[in-house]
Amino acid sequence: MADTVFPQARPVSAVRWWRGKRAGKIMHDVIVYTLLIVLSILFAFPFFWMLSSALKPEYQIFVWPPQWIPDPIMWSNFREALGNPLLPFHLFFRNTMIIEVAVLSGRLLSCTLVAYGFARLKAPGKEVLFTILLATLMLPAPVTMIPKFILFNKLGWVNTFLPLTVPAWFGEAYAIFLMRQFFMSIPRELEEAARIDGASTFQVIRYVIVPLSVPVLTVIAVLTFKDNWNDFMNPLIYLNDAKLYTLAVGLAFFNGQFDVQMNLLMAASVVVILPLVILFFIAQRAFVEGITLTGLKG
Amino acid sequence: MTTVATRLSPQGTQRRRTQARRETLLFYLCISPWLIGFLAFTAGPMIASLVLSFTRWDMLSPPEWVGVKNYVHMFTADPDFWQSLKVTAVYTVFSVPLRLLTALFLAILLNEATRGVGIFRTAFYLPSIVASAAAAVLWSWILNPKFGPVNGALRLLGIKGPSWFSDPRYALWGLVIMSTWGVGGEMLIFLAGLKSIPQQLYEAAEIDGAGRWVRFTRVTLPMLSPTIFFNFVMSMIGSFQTFDSAYVISTARAGTIGGPMNSTLFYMLHLYRNAFGWQKMGYASALAWVLFMIILVLVLLTLRSSALWVYYEAERKE
Repeated sequence: MADTVFPQARPVSAVRWWRGKRAGKIMHDVIVYTLLIVLSILFAFPFFWMLSSALKPEYQIFVWPPQWIPDPIMWSNFREALGNPLLPFHLFFRNTMIIEVAVLSGRLLSCTLVAYGFARLKAPGKEVLFTILLATLMLPAPVTMIPKFILFNKLGWVNTFLPLTVPAWFGEAYAIFLMRQFFMSIPRELEEAARIDGASTFQVIRYVIVPLSVPVLTVIAVLTFKDNWNDFMNPLIYLNDAKLYTLAVGLAFFNGQFDVQMNLLMAASVVVILPLVILFFIAQRAFVEGITLTGLKG
Repeated sequence: MTTVATRLSPQGTQRRRTQARRETLLFYLCISPWLIGFLAFTAGPMIASLVLSFTRWDMLSPPEWVGVKNYVHMFTADPDFWQSLKVTAVYTVFSVPLRLLTALFLAILLNEATRGVGIFRTAFYLPSIVASAAAAVLWSWILNPKFGPVNGALRLLGIKGPSWFSDPRYALWGLVIMSTWGVGGEMLIFLAGLKSIPQQLYEAAEIDGAGRWVRFTRVTLPMLSPTIFFNFVMSMIGSFQTFDSAYVISTARAGTIGGPMNSTLFYMLHLYRNAFGWQKMGYASALAWVLFMIILVLVLLTLRSSALWVYYEAERKE
């Protein structure tokens, strides 16, 4: 609409205006894409450097100009890095996965239940409790860290996975908030139909709410998996025995060893980072949506 | 029906009341996991750490009440407290704006592009899913003084690159650069913000003869200000709690927590060291509460200032 009015207002310069605009558009695209390409190479470079270093024989690590493509390609670096008896990476991987499974199941189950309560049920005190829930989103973790450690220490849970997994069974504010928003958008009629057929609240959640909420549950599952995979401070505090380390702590431990071989360290880094990268490519939408939703709540 | 209902109304209200009571019970049953968790893992520990902050406790002998001594010690007799505060503040002052500008710039580029956006977005986002501990391992190799590609590139330009994580003058800047690599999350949030700006505003501005720069400063920035505000607050909260990367790099490259020469002694490292290295649980709790208060004040100040620079459409409509 506006475009048809504008040229009429200045008929003489209309053609030149249009041509100028077109040239400007090409210029604009050239600049935008040049910057995008240069910057994306810059952002991807550390990944490339890691992979390249991981596949080099050790002497090629220390040459300049760098040997960009390793020759020969040392796949055996992975075996060597992961086979070190002091750094049982197969155990680190197993430990991380055990914690992941326990945290994911606990968080999804507990948060679904809590979010349903906040989304659907009426009760005195609900508004206040929900405000408190939102307030805890902003609470910095350090302020509760020490008493939590003391509590878990008293329970004899230090050096077990329990301090890392049990809290997940008691809900998490951000996941509850996201689920509640989603549940509220599900039409009540669906639920009422199930109730007339005699479904209990828990059956309603199980057979009506959960199947309709797969998108939000996926987002929460993926982000929980990522945060847990990357968690460093909690496993560092609670796990003392190297056999119980997670991948992130195990890698840092490897990094801290005297006289560490860089190609092997990078091979181990690839092993720690790769599963998340694969997960990202499988569940790209869930990642992007999850992060975007974080921002929209602000 | 209606007549029956009116006749039975006392019993009707009775039933409704039972119904409401049952719903209340059900609500509390549903939220009980969170409520118990909140009391056991958030509210309880918060109060406990406040109480602990007035004690001296090594977890072996019973805690000893010392009043405000921990706080007095912190401010008057612990130079490492001031050093950690300084490191954290310097890092925040430089890394938060750098992160936000980078994220915003990348988001604008992606928003301007028409084709291949997915590939570029992935390239920019992917670093942010890497664990900060793993990123620290990777970056200490990239910033390796002799064999790292960064110093190698600097050498090509005839500049002698610094020893980064082994040099107290540069270690913190290495961490600032590294943190800029992981701005993918903020970038996605900015991108979503940019996409939600109504196109008509740009069209209207263009008709009024506004160029690119004016459209950016008069349309994009004001419309994006709530997103900038959100990213700024979250980034600042995160920055004050920096731990993983500094711990991994300083313990491996300098051999001590916060090294070399306390140049990367972040607040959280000092707290961690007091609590889990030296078993000073009372003093560490005091440190935790001071950190909490600092963050709270900064967030409140930002919130207060937001009236000046954050534009909310909903307010305008009133």
